[in-house]
Formats: sequence, structure tokens, C-alpha cells
Amino acid sequence: MWIKPAQEQGIRKTVADRKVQLAVYSATARLKEKRAEAVSPDVFPEYEELRSQANRIKQHALENLDHYLEQFEKNVESHGGRVIWAREGAEVADFILGLANERGVSLLVKSKSMTTEEIHLNERLEHHQLEAVETDLGEYIVQLAHERPYHIVAPAVHKTRQDIADILERRLHVPREEEPEKQAMIARRTLREKFLAAGIGISGANFLVADSGAVVLVENEGNVRLCTTAPRVHVAVAGLEKILPRAQDLAVFLKLLARSGTGQLLTVYTSFLSGPRRRGEVDGPEEFYVVLLDAGRTRLLADKEKRQSLFCIRCGACLNACPVYRKIGGHNYPGAYSGPIGAIITPQYQGLARDPWLPYASSLCGACAEVCPVKIDIPRILLELRKQITESRTGGLERMAFRLYGWLMRRPKLYALAGRMAGKLARIPGLAKLGPGAAWASQREIPLPAGRSFRDEWRERKKS
Amino acid sequence: MTAREEILGRVRQALGREPGQTPAPAPEARIRVSSIGLDARLDLFQTRLEALGGKVHRAVTLIEARDQVARLIGDSAAVASNAGLLRRAGITALPGVGSGFLEEPALREACTTASFGVTSADYGLAEMGSLVTFASSEARLISLLPPAHIAVLAKATLLTGLDELYERHPLPAEGSSSMVLITGPSRSADIEMILVRGVHGPGVVHVIVVEEDI
Repeated sequence: MWIKPAQEQGIRKTVADRKVQLAVYSATARLKEKRAEAVSPDVFPEYEELRSQANRIKQHALENLDHYLEQFEKNVESHGGRVIWAREGAEVADFILGLANERGVSLLVKSKSMTTEEIHLNERLEHHQLEAVETDLGEYIVQLAHERPYHIVAPAVHKTRQDIADILERRLHVPREEEPEKQAMIARRTLREKFLAAGIGISGANFLVADSGAVVLVENEGNVRLCTTAPRVHVAVAGLEKILPRAQDLAVFLKLLARSGTGQLLTVYTSFLSGPRRRGEVDGPEEFYVVLLDAGRTRLLADKEKRQSLFCIRCGACLNACPVYRKIGGHNYPGAYSGPIGAIITPQYQGLARDPWLPYASSLCGACAEVCPVKIDIPRILLELRKQITESRTGGLERMAFRLYGWLMRRPKLYALAGRMAGKLARIPGLAKLGPGAAWASQREIPLPAGRSFRDEWRERKKS
Repeated sequence: MTAREEILGRVRQALGREPGQTPAPAPEARIRVSSIGLDARLDLFQTRLEALGGKVHRAVTLIEARDQVARLIGDSAAVASNAGLLRRAGITALPGVGSGFLEEPALREACTTASFGVTSADYGLAEMGSLVTFASSEARLISLLPPAHIAVLAKATLLTGLDELYERHPLPAEGSSSMVLITGPSRSADIEMILVRGVHGPGVVHVIVVEEDI
């Protein structure tokens, strides 16, 4: 099946929902504008050079990934942390469940992580009666609403303050509050208790630094710092493609990430974490784990052409730039990742057969590639994926039609006859709207072939 | 086969590499340290931090810095870190300031009730208005749990930006389990893109820059 009826219905619903359209359109417009200001040549002349450099560094890191993964592991261990390898999402959950069980932990706090969304970690933990609380404000709101994030950097972008007032009132039993500032303070108070009571803090990772064995996390709220500082145990979950060779590479990537994501020069907090608390340090976690996840990434690594899909630093700029994302929103993309980056990585992680329409959810306008800070050629990968899908799906009828056409082309007289007949047939009113071209013709005028063929015309000219 | 061996095997197969094969040198990261003067760095630091809603105060001497801290905290409870700079300035001895915590439970308890957290900072980054703190010199919770953060920074430690920081500390993990960059007050725009300060971390950030050599 191409697109499931429920998926198509979902898209129609979003497009017709004026409230969501306005919320998403204005938020993405704002983010787009802020990004454009932050990377404009007069304030950031080194932007293009840094993009090329980031692209080269990512390419190098992935081409030598086994080396850097081993180096990363060695360095994490040298500082008293541990690296866990997970083939699939279920293994991540198993590890965390085991750890919670051994340490007698029932409450976990989480900072925003697309990777844990991808593997449905919360559902798996909840299934085992563990409470895993999202602590990023937007992420907390969508968790309370039992939804998934709508946007990589702005999870609750589709919610209005009235929606949020409803959610907080219903789920937390607090007096209704419609002021964003007061809503945020409700979340602050509620989550503060969770931070201080939780036994395990789970984070994602923006970068893994091989030469330091460090996890790098960027954020604006402080919830990541709390998740990675207050609980006794810190577990970072990361796709294995997040590796950078050296800490110095951050001088390139941090500048690109904040400017591309939100137009900031740097996010409010940037944490460079390299293990449990050391001798002489008063606070920080006593245990530190990094879970490295494969889940389809090594399969993608083998594809030289499309390997660059793994360069992504999850800034969200391609979502804001994409006319399709801005129209259909984040929830209509299957999987955790939406927008142009979702359209290329979801089918590659989960296999092309599941949602083959995804690479077609693009007008190929190229806006995504234009804003990508690490220069992923998204339109080209979309085309590659379309090619693969077409090759695997082309049906018998289409193949037969082309075979017939080839046969005809090799017989000039018959070809000329067929051409003349087609010219006449096309003039029969309504005929073109029947058969396989009907859907196409329902919105368009069928171009009529010329009354006389080129051959006829040529013959006549030669005569005169 | 363990998951580790299996994944590393898949990676090597995907890349056509042998175990133990060393990579070609990594492409250079662009580290370009521009050298603007110290006074210009301080001005830029102030401009940037105040654009984010932070506040920069200048103090000529440590004594002056102490008096400014005293004025800011007033009668409120505060927690100060064990940084030598704060002790030398007499900040840890100010009335209402708890300090000298060596165990986490007591520190945590103090931080959850204090109105101000007072710390030093290892560096300031002029281009962004950022503070740099290493866990080896500063407890992490003091700049995180109280609703307001006051940092005392020696002017001489103002660097231009990230490039200079990573040039000086190519391996930040060597002496410390964490290096945190703090760039202004905690903020969120998750609700209708409206800016809210102090969501989880401090909503108020004061930096007192001490100009004398300390």
C-alpha cells in the first residue's frame, strides 16, 4: 500500500486545521528569520567556510567510525564511565530497565532526545511500571498530552496557550492558567520535585567526542544540566553517528548548531560531560553510562551515496524551510523525525517498504539543502530513494507499456501510423479522461498533439 | 557474539576497514583566535550578556566585588562555592551566605532553599557573553538550582570566544568531569514562541567583573 488511508486523512485534517496552520506557520517563519539573520555574511562571515569544514569533519568521522568509537569507549572508561552497545532500541530499554531494577529506581527524569523518541523508550519503560518524566518544557507538555514532539527543536509548536492551559489543568489538577510565563512556572515547580527525587537521569547527546570520551549537550532551559547532575546515575543515549574526533571540532559545530536552530550565537547551556564526579568534586552523578545505538545506522553507513544522511546535527532548520513540513506539520511524518530530514532518515532506518511515500513528501525545491549547516544534499537523497522505490515497485502494466513502446520505436512505419492514430484519438472529447491518465487529467488540460505530424509536414515541404 | 563486536563488525564491513586500522589525519577544525584587547573584550562581553537579559557589574577590587554581592543578595539566603576567589574576597563570610559544602546532600539542601547561588567562573567568552565553569573548581548545582546566579569573574580571564577556549583546553576532560558554558539566564520559547526566563535554571544572572589583578 502506498500511503495508508489514516495517514492521508491525518494530512487532510492538519491542512484544514486553521489554528495549527497558523501556529506552525508563524513559529517556523520566526525561526527561519532568526536563522537567516544569524548566518548573514555581515555578522557571520565565516559561515560558508564552517559549513564546508563541518561537512568534511563529519565525513571523516564516519569514514573511520570504528576507530573513533573504540577511542571514545576507551576514554569514557578511563574516566570511570561505561559504554553500552545496543543493536536495536529494545536493547537500550533492557539496559535501563536492568539498571533501574538493580539500583531500586522507579522515577527517571529525561531531557529531550530524538533518539529515545525513535526507539519509544518511554513506552517501554512505562510498560514496566517505571515513571520516565520529560523535563524540557515543550516535551513535558506533549508528554502530558500523550503526543509526540511536533518539531525537532520546538516540540509543542502546534499548541496554543489555551491548549496548554487545558492540558496542565486536566493532567496536573492545577488552577487554569493561560499566561505562558505562569504556565512555565507550574512546570518548573512540578519538575523540580522530580529532578530532586529521580534516581536516574536520561539524556540524549548532541555530540560524542572521541578524544575526550565526552558527551556534549546543548539546551536553553537548564533541564539537561539538572538531568545530568541531580540524579545519582546519568545515562546518555546516542546514535553511534554522533561521533566527532576532537573536542576542538566543537568550535565549528557549536557555532553552526545554535545559529541554525534558533538564531542564537550559543545556546544558554552547553555541557561537556566526561564521566562520573571525580575526586574533589562535590556534586555530579556517581555513575555515568553512554549507550551507543545502531538501529539501522550501520546499514546506512554502507551506502556511500546516502551516508551523508548521518551528518545531521538535528538543528531543525530544514523543517522551518520546508514548504511541505510547514503545511502538513510534524505528526504526519511517521517515525520520530519530521520534515525533510525525516523524509530521508526514517525510510532508511526502518526500510523502504514501510512508508514508501515519504521520499515523495517533497517538492524538491532545495530549500532544505540551502539551510543545512552540514551540507547534506537532501534533495539528491530523496531522488535516490525515489529511484530505489520505483525500481522495486514498478508494476507489470508499466513495464509492458514501455516494452511495447520500445517495440514500436524499432518499426518506423508502424510508429508513424500509431502517431497519426493517437492524434486522432486524443481529439475524441472525454477519452483522455478515461483510463490510467484520469487522475492526472482531472486537474489539468491534456495537451493536444499537433493536427499534422512532423513527418507529414516534412514530406510536404520536400515536395514543394 | 557480543553487541559490541557485532556493531563494530558491521561498521567495519560497511566501510571496508580492518580492525586496528588507523585513520588518515582528521581535517583541521577552524580555530582562529582573533586578538581584540582586554577592554574591548569586556565591553563586548557586557553588550552580549545584557542583550540576553543578564547584568554585568564592574568592580575595581575584590572588596568592591564583595560589597556588590552583599548589595545584590540583601537579606536573602545565598550559597557560595568553595572557590578561592570568593574566599579571598570575603564573600563566603558575608552574613546569610552558606559556604564550605563538601558533601552533596548538604549542598543540595542549601541550594534548594537559597535565593542566590554565588560562584566564580574559570573564563568569560566575550563574543557570546558566556561563562565557562569546570567542575574541578565549581560545584554544578550552585549555578543551577537557586533562582538567581551571581558569578565573580576576573577580568584577565576574559577570552574572545570558543576558538580561544578550545585552543587553551584542547582536552577539557583532562582535569574535570564537566565543563559547562553558561550564556545568560535560563530561557524557553516553547509556548507560542514567547520568551520566558528562569524555566529550570536561574532566571537572573549577574556577573561581577573584577578589574584588578587577582
